Amino acid sequence: MTSAPPPRRAAAPAGPIAVAVEGVTVGYDHRPALTDVSLSVTAGSLLAVIGPNGAGKSTLLKLIAGIIKPWTGRLTVLGGPPGSSAGRIAYLPQAEAVDWEFPVTVAEVVMMGRYGRLGFLREPRRRDREVVGQALDKVGMGEATDRQIGALSGGQRRRVFLARAIAAEPDLYLLDEPVTGVDATTQEDLMDVLEGEARAGKTVIATTHDLICAAQRFHQAAFINGRLVAAGPANLVLDQQLLAETYGGHVLVLPGDGGRVIIDDAHHHDQAPSGEHHYHEDSR
Amino acid sequence: MDPVSFITDPLAYGFMQRGLVASVLVGIVCAVMGTFVVLKGLAFIGDAVSHATFPGLVIAYIVGAPLYIGGAIAAVATALAIGLVSRRGRLRFDTSVGVLFAGTFAFGVLLFSTIKNYVADLLGYLLGNVLGIRTADLIQLAILGAIVLAVVLLIRKELLFATFDPLGAAASGLPVAFLEYLLLALLGVTIVVSIQAVGIIMVVAMLVTPSATAQLIVVRFGRMMLIAVVIAALSAVSGLYLSFYLNLASGASIVLIETIFFLVALVLGPRTGLLSRAPRAIGQGAS
Ligand SMILES: Nc1ncnc2c1ncn2[C@@H]1O[C@H](COP(=O)(O)OP(=O)(O)OP(=O)(O)O)[C@@H](O)[C@H]1O
Ligand SMILES: [Mg+2]
Repeated sequence: MTSAPPPRRAAAPAGPIAVAVEGVTVGYDHRPALTDVSLSVTAGSLLAVIGPNGAGKSTLLKLIAGIIKPWTGRLTVLGGPPGSSAGRIAYLPQAEAVDWEFPVTVAEVVMMGRYGRLGFLREPRRRDREVVGQALDKVGMGEATDRQIGALSGGQRRRVFLARAIAAEPDLYLLDEPVTGVDATTQEDLMDVLEGEARAGKTVIATTHDLICAAQRFHQAAFINGRLVAAGPANLVLDQQLLAETYGGHVLVLPGDGGRVIIDDAHHHDQAPSGEHHYHEDSR
Repeated sequence: MDPVSFITDPLAYGFMQRGLVASVLVGIVCAVMGTFVVLKGLAFIGDAVSHATFPGLVIAYIVGAPLYIGGAIAAVATALAIGLVSRRGRLRFDTSVGVLFAGTFAFGVLLFSTIKNYVADLLGYLLGNVLGIRTADLIQLAILGAIVLAVVLLIRKELLFATFDPLGAAASGLPVAFLEYLLLALLGVTIVVSIQAVGIIMVVAMLVTPSATAQLIVVRFGRMMLIAVVIAALSAVSGLYLSFYLNLASGASIVLIETIFFLVALVLGPRTGLLSRAPRAIGQGAS
């Protein structure tokens, strides 16, 4: 190891490994969606998973959540095989995966976060209702408990689902696009909540399409494009070459205050060159 | 005739007592299962499973086995097969169900056509004859119905979670695939239990109509189930009285009263009430 320059932003605490993915390949109907991915996430990290549509970001989260099983490779989540510690994991699905017409209220949705702890045949108790109320307050939805979930706006639904994740009191958050479709202020609020959780030692892995948010508010970033292109500190998101490799060569980051990212979507990621970079804070 | 004897007179008959108990029970079980059927969009599957019981019933009839057993095996097997196809299949889901549906029913008709004489029993299973239910059948029905109700009510919150957000439920450790198969198996049992009351062809109405009506009125799962149960029980009782006094087919009477509830809710309901929309919409809705 070379002598480390001081990291430019909040570095991940060097805690125990929360998630270890080793050479995993997985996909759907015999078509791989992720090939030979290796990634390790220390406890207390705030990790952004970025990449173009269809890159396999959601697949990675489902894999860690134990919803899908790897074809090859090994996976350790919170010290055991995936699925073995479901009660300590909160998974927030991408908005498209949920039936919004469903007749449930905001409070009922958030209470679902408690089911993993409650277990079969047990009814929610007072403490569960308290946790639900606090989680809703945390995301600023404490006033909306009795509204039907489908009657909320897209951003409000995301907040409620984040409250559900918080109510589960997990050690590992797996959040699929938690801030997609929310306004800038709400996004800042939600990121504050996640940052607080990470500071409390929880691990947060979230996919996002917002590269600025990834660069500014997360500790680490993983670049995905059918494979792991790179993983390292979050400010790598401003690295032109990496972005080009991940998004297929048509991303432009304008440096400056916070930066601005322009992605040319006309071409896509199918000709991304192979080869995988691992950036570490102490080697840059 | 005074109102009291209007209600009590039919109760003097044993067949009417049994019929009332059976149809209210069937109505309640169907309404509870129906809430999931409506929310998961399983109406077509329900129809398919009920038609698929036909060959089971005919085979049981031919070999002299209890018809419930034959029907139950066929219903649960078809329900699970549909579950398997939907998880593994490459065809559009409704296409596979349509294939299974027509194929199994055709097989039943084929077997039926080999029976020489007119078989009133089997026709009863097509159209339902709850007033002809025997005490032994009623006991079987009550036991099976109670099992379905108990299971659904016990794991209500898990079924709710898995239906609303299957991925989130799986991640929190719920056995989502198992719950899905369990729900389908319970649907199979419910259908067999209901066939005696309303017949193969109209079971789907018992499953779907009360819950669909409830969904027009309320937006909460628990209340939706409750209202569906109330509507189903009311329809069962009034349908049977209608059938008693006017000498109408019992199953059809029950289903028609449920349908009237639905239409009333559609027109007056707070959520979708056609009356609350522009006048033109009423004209279209009523035509
Ligand atoms: N349920 C599924 N069945 C079959 N293929 C799937 C399924 N889900 C995803 N895929 C495929 O796997 C690949 C990765 O999908 P994934 O959902 O992980 O992408 P993503 O990075 O989350 O994209 P997005 O940014 O659009 O959410 C895609 O090519 C997609 O077509
Ligand atoms: Mg995705």
